[in-house]
Amino acid sequence: MSEITATALASAPPYPSAKKGWVKKSVLPGFGLSLGLAALYASLIVFIPLAGLVLKALELSLPELWAVISNPRALASYRLTFGAAFTAAGINLFFGLIVAWVLVRYDFFGKRVIDALVDLPFALPTAVAGIALTALYTTKGWVGQWFWLADIKIAYTWLGVTVALTFIGLPFVVRTVQPVLADLESEVEEAAASLGASRWQTFSRVLLPALLPSLLTGFALAFARAIGEYGSVVFISGNMPYKTEITPLLIMTKLEQFDYAGAAALGTVMLVFSFVLLLLINLLQHWSHKRTGG
Amino acid sequence: MKFIARSITVIAASLLAGSVLAKDINLLNVSYDPTRELYREFNAAFAKHWKEKTGDNVHVDQSHGGSGAQSRAVIDGLKADVVTLALAGDIDPIASIGNLLPKDWVTKLPNNSAPYTSTIVFLVRKGNPKNIKDWDDLVKKGVEVITPNPKTSGGARWNYLAAWAFAEKKQGKDKAGAQAFLRDLFKNVPVLDTGARGSTTTFVQRGIGDVLITWENEAFLAVNELGADEVEIVVPSISILAEPSVAVVDENAKANGTSEVAKAYLQYLYTKEGQNIAAKNYYRPRDPQVAEAYAKTFPKLTLVTIDDFGGWVKAQPEHFGDGGIFDQIYQ
Amino acid sequence: MAGAISSLGNRKTGTAHAATSEAAWVRIVLITTALTFLALFLFLPLVVVFKEAFAKGIDVYLASVSEPAAAHAIKLTLIAAAIAVPCNVIFGLAAAWAIAKFDFRGKQFVITLIDLPFAVSPVIAGLIYMLLFGRQGFFGPWLGDHDIQIMFAVPGIVLATVFITFPFVARELIPLMQEQGKEQEEAAITLGASGWKMFWRVTLPSVKWALLYGMILCNARAMGEFGAVSVVSGKIREQTNTLPLHIEILYNEYQFAAAFAVASLLALLALVTLVLKSLLEWKAAREHELAVRAANAQ
Repeated sequence: MSEITATALASAPPYPSAKKGWVKKSVLPGFGLSLGLAALYASLIVFIPLAGLVLKALELSLPELWAVISNPRALASYRLTFGAAFTAAGINLFFGLIVAWVLVRYDFFGKRVIDALVDLPFALPTAVAGIALTALYTTKGWVGQWFWLADIKIAYTWLGVTVALTFIGLPFVVRTVQPVLADLESEVEEAAASLGASRWQTFSRVLLPALLPSLLTGFALAFARAIGEYGSVVFISGNMPYKTEITPLLIMTKLEQFDYAGAAALGTVMLVFSFVLLLLINLLQHWSHKRTGG
Repeated sequence: MKFIARSITVIAASLLAGSVLAKDINLLNVSYDPTRELYREFNAAFAKHWKEKTGDNVHVDQSHGGSGAQSRAVIDGLKADVVTLALAGDIDPIASIGNLLPKDWVTKLPNNSAPYTSTIVFLVRKGNPKNIKDWDDLVKKGVEVITPNPKTSGGARWNYLAAWAFAEKKQGKDKAGAQAFLRDLFKNVPVLDTGARGSTTTFVQRGIGDVLITWENEAFLAVNELGADEVEIVVPSISILAEPSVAVVDENAKANGTSEVAKAYLQYLYTKEGQNIAAKNYYRPRDPQVAEAYAKTFPKLTLVTIDDFGGWVKAQPEHFGDGGIFDQIYQ
Repeated sequence: MAGAISSLGNRKTGTAHAATSEAAWVRIVLITTALTFLALFLFLPLVVVFKEAFAKGIDVYLASVSEPAAAHAIKLTLIAAAIAVPCNVIFGLAAAWAIAKFDFRGKQFVITLIDLPFAVSPVIAGLIYMLLFGRQGFFGPWLGDHDIQIMFAVPGIVLATVFITFPFVARELIPLMQEQGKEQEEAAITLGASGWKMFWRVTLPSVKWALLYGMILCNARAMGEFGAVSVVSGKIREQTNTLPLHIEILYNEYQFAAAFAVASLLALLALVTLVLKSLLEWKAAREHELAVRAANAQ
């Protein structure tokens, strides 16, 4: 097997797809093989199934499709899903910057442990996170009871949804800002300081603009991840129509009423949105890479 | 003479083979949430019974979840030999959409294919601090009611219809009035869990709400599992006769070669032993003698039936379909 | 936490210039804010998991993680991860090679497509396979005729897991390989190395840490997936229950301590993952440092 692949790799022409014109010439081998393999696998696992979803949605006529996706209850669920995801990403943007700053710039006891723990939401199953967060944030929970004293309910309201989504998106801003912050040359800051800038001015005029692309990327990643989240949210949201019902739950509800096309229609709306958002992130990264690289 | 001797040998051999080659049979029972405890006990009893009767070993696998979700899974290809769901309305689509069993499945077993029944009662905090006695106490201001989502939970649909029955009894057959009553009731609901078990957890474990509307068996179980010092049961003046239905999924059972044992499995639910196990797990038995023995457990109350709503075929789309009355009360 | 703050004043910041570093009170405020935020959203949930897991004592804990249903769930979870991770490693390497080392039009578009499973709701991930392979789905009748069971069986669970973890390896490799450029590989090829040799000797060694990191993330995500798997599994005890589904079932059976005990296994796995990841980063950084030092010495 490996020999065959090796020969395939070795015998690949040095200018793999020169004829096609959409790929730049290169002496490196394996473009056709690697892209072909990747494309085949990606098509089987991801694209064909996703295309199936869109096809299913198109079984509805256009007016029907519009009725499903613009139904007031669906609209309310988009508002909650996107609103809470946006708020959570905003919380992560602010606190994520502080966490990244503290982890890069300061030394304190237990820093390494905390640094490692930031990735916990990647690895902890979302259902477990949902159950644990619900236990913490109900009016009787360790944290929730203090907010309840101020008459604020967290679990089973949109706040609870935001809490869960904040947990899910926590690593993104920290992890995108951290390396950039660590790589920033101290000369720039020193130059600003010697020119008489205050610390706050240095931060807001020099550091923040340099961090902006990574902050935006982290924000968008946290946002994208939060939109699709289901496992942790169903435990902590109240699942009330028009109030605390997220779009993925609405899809589940449609499925359970054997409305496959309706479920697929809502799924397609989310899919298109996620795709556009991710495309924006990638263009943003491409842009910032070019900017810093050149 | 020789012929007889030979046939005796043949018969003996086949009998011997039959007993030596005890078959191992696997059945899959796809059920809804609150029946876990019931079927754990019943499966053991049936396995013993079947072993004694045929010599074969039956192992029953269980799958539990929301009744609607389970029904969908069977339609989508979960190879259930039998389904034991929360209501006939969840088995009908397996026949109409899935074509996995005949449309008249409900006539295949006695009592509308519902070997046990239940009803809908209230669970309140110890001492009943909000003094909840009947359905109209649930729409009072400041009372928090916990019930699952009728869209995803079979039990919640029974809850909803029981409340509807009360409203109609009180106000006369007035649809708008009943709808207003339900709207007021759901205004007091802070959490709509996706299933009956989820609601019980929210009420008992998380301490949310003043009253939980739930299956009678689920209420008893909650009192037992979580402590009589925490919650108590309140029986309303009127409720609904909930008929959790069972059926052999013919096409799957045929493919698996389990038609016979699957049918026997469900029929065993109607025997004295099956009925006793059901009653022990707080399902109301159909058998009059068993019912007599457990009369103290199950209080008598006025019960309407699903037929008062025109059956599930009518009630399902009217109340719980897209744009149905349940959707309207939330608008 | 008090200890953490009191150990603040260290050499580096103590001597720094006023405009290139912050006043002590700012530092304290920032560190306290960061720690409070992390405590509320990270540490406390973790603490709750372990507290509930041991709520009924160590015996219940051990019993609930070793009973047959749990053991079977662990086995199934491991199987799903053992298939999903290698598949995605091969894909990740192929995709990263094509994307990072060659310039072609529509590259950002392709990268976005690779990212898609990351943002797609797990519910949709389950739904798409249901629409394809379910009894009512596109291939349902054909699969039924040939007696092939994909949904509500191990293949469906594996498919959903592969989908969910699809981008992880590729996304770790692509930026690194882009960063590294292609001079080294080009040199190897010009010097007459075969493509395969170049891959083993040049490319793989330079990305091995990122590859391992991607595998670890992929594995952790594969073992923890709940939403997608719950749609396609059928939840048959001791047959199609993965660990996260088993947790849900225990939770629904009022066995809270047992549910959290099994959950703590996954939390432990998460912690082990994080330790491994930190070790990898540390090793990679040290190797880098050694390389830099060696280069400087020459």
